[in-house]
Amino acid sequence: MFLGWSLGANDAANVFGTAVGSRMVKFHTAAVCCSLFVLLGAVISGAGASETLGKLGAVNALAGAFVVAFSAALSVYMMIRARYPASTSQAIVGAILGWNFFSDTPTDTIELTKIVMTWVACPTLAAITAIAFYKLAAFVIPSCRISLFKLDKWTRYGLIAVGAFGSYSLGANNIANVVGVFVPVSPFGNVTLFGIIPLSSAQLLFLIGGIAIAVGVFTYSRHTMQTIGGGIFKLSPVMALVAVWAHSVVLFVFSSQSLEAFLRGMGLPTLPLVPVSSSQAIVGAVVGMGLLKGGRGIRWRTVGGIACGWVTTPIIAGIVCFICLSILQNVFQQTVYDDTLAQKQPAIIETVAPKTVGTRHELPGAVTVQPSEPRS
Amino acid sequence: MSYGGILRKKIGIEHKVDAFLDLVSESGIIYKRGIDSYTSHNLDAFKGHLENMVETERQADVLRRSIEDLLYRRTLIPESRGDVLRLIEGMDSLLGHFKGSMFRFEIERPNMRETLVKDLLALVECVVEAVEAVTCSIRSFFKNILAVSDHLHKVSYWEAEADKISTRLQTAIFRTENLELCESLQLSAFVRHVDAIADQAEDMADSLAIYVLKRAF
Repeated sequence: MFLGWSLGANDAANVFGTAVGSRMVKFHTAAVCCSLFVLLGAVISGAGASETLGKLGAVNALAGAFVVAFSAALSVYMMIRARYPASTSQAIVGAILGWNFFSDTPTDTIELTKIVMTWVACPTLAAITAIAFYKLAAFVIPSCRISLFKLDKWTRYGLIAVGAFGSYSLGANNIANVVGVFVPVSPFGNVTLFGIIPLSSAQLLFLIGGIAIAVGVFTYSRHTMQTIGGGIFKLSPVMALVAVWAHSVVLFVFSSQSLEAFLRGMGLPTLPLVPVSSSQAIVGAVVGMGLLKGGRGIRWRTVGGIACGWVTTPIIAGIVCFICLSILQNVFQQTVYDDTLAQKQPAIIETVAPKTVGTRHELPGAVTVQPSEPRS
Repeated sequence: MSYGGILRKKIGIEHKVDAFLDLVSESGIIYKRGIDSYTSHNLDAFKGHLENMVETERQADVLRRSIEDLLYRRTLIPESRGDVLRLIEGMDSLLGHFKGSMFRFEIERPNMRETLVKDLLALVECVVEAVEAVTCSIRSFFKNILAVSDHLHKVSYWEAEADKISTRLQTAIFRTENLELCESLQLSAFVRHVDAIADQAEDMADSLAIYVLKRAF
């Protein structure tokens, strides 16, 4: 629940931060919309990711899984307290690496390298995409001779629509980070809400996790939204819309199997299907548009702080995880990993299977890698 | 946030802004006709135009307050709100200037020599055209930003013409024989007061040019 709260406090800003920061959407409206669609995404589309996340990498003990989730949540919370957006996905990766190090499990360096490279490629691509979309908007909007008030109206609707879409995807992909590890051991049975809505055991878990995310959105996401929205570069409402749209497009491009198949079929180069961080995508988009405007308005100090956060978050998560595992094992005598299983599963984490048809992820939040061949 | 309410209010606010700018434009016409009536010694007609001007100014004040209230209450156009409010208040000030000038004529009843009337009417014409041009510019700012520059340059032209006529008229006043110094000073003050309206219109046009740049992509 703590991880869910941290995710809501931090990641909600990725979809509504630009809208709230540009004052086009009130924080309360954004919080309600985000919470609602995160819940819907979690309950309706969260199952696909959770199946694999229940066996997150080589984390083969419940206590270990708990520590991994807790460490990720704590590191995100610490970054939030430091007033910098953090990547929940990076925190999870760092925590899992901490578990690997503690349990002496080999790390798949190829997949890890791929993940780290996307931490550079994702914001870069988001910046390029935002610039392209903004140039298009700059051509189309004046040509259409839209009045000032009508443009204001349509931009608001667009921000809410794109934000809702992004929130749904956030819930669908990140709920696995929050409660996926607990799905195999869920204490709940199947229920029927209000006598008409059947929920499976897992869906009930997703609902609870979604509520935790919603609480995080309401209680602690305001400042992070404002940092994303105006702390890096002063965004106009149209820029805010372009930033969120670019962020969603980049996540889709890095995750869609159907797109990859299409490009391969056309003989075009494909992008690696690696889940990427939505935090990085939105920051990249905002910086990209700031560069388009000459770069002088960008608060580079803030950007530097955020970039440092991207480096420190997984490190902190790994260290915290290692320490907590040590305490849990040595002080509380809990089993945090199973030696026999660990030797048979060298991979860090397995692929998060998508729920939507034809895609591994539509908009991933969890960071995963392809499983390597098991050792003989 | 009530979306239906915002939709209605946004359409409403567009109409209110249009109506407000219409009133500013009408006030220029009323002013011109009023001065024409005064110089023709038709004081009854002048008083009628003055009453029209007072009523127009009152309606404009009501609309201005309504627009400001809507902009803040519904947090509309957050990025451009400050600029729009300055434009609305500036136009209201221009309208106030027209009314003030007419009242000044009514109160002081300056004795305009026949030789000066033609230039005075020409000055009024230039001032009204300057205000009309800035009104068209502001209307374009709301509806079609690309068309702002089509009208903005006219403001400077009419302001320059107003300055020329003002200088010529003041010179003529002080060169007029058999005119007391106090009367000359009074007439000169009237001329400067009328010319100041065109100056204010040009200041608004300069500000509008900056606002257009701020909205540029």
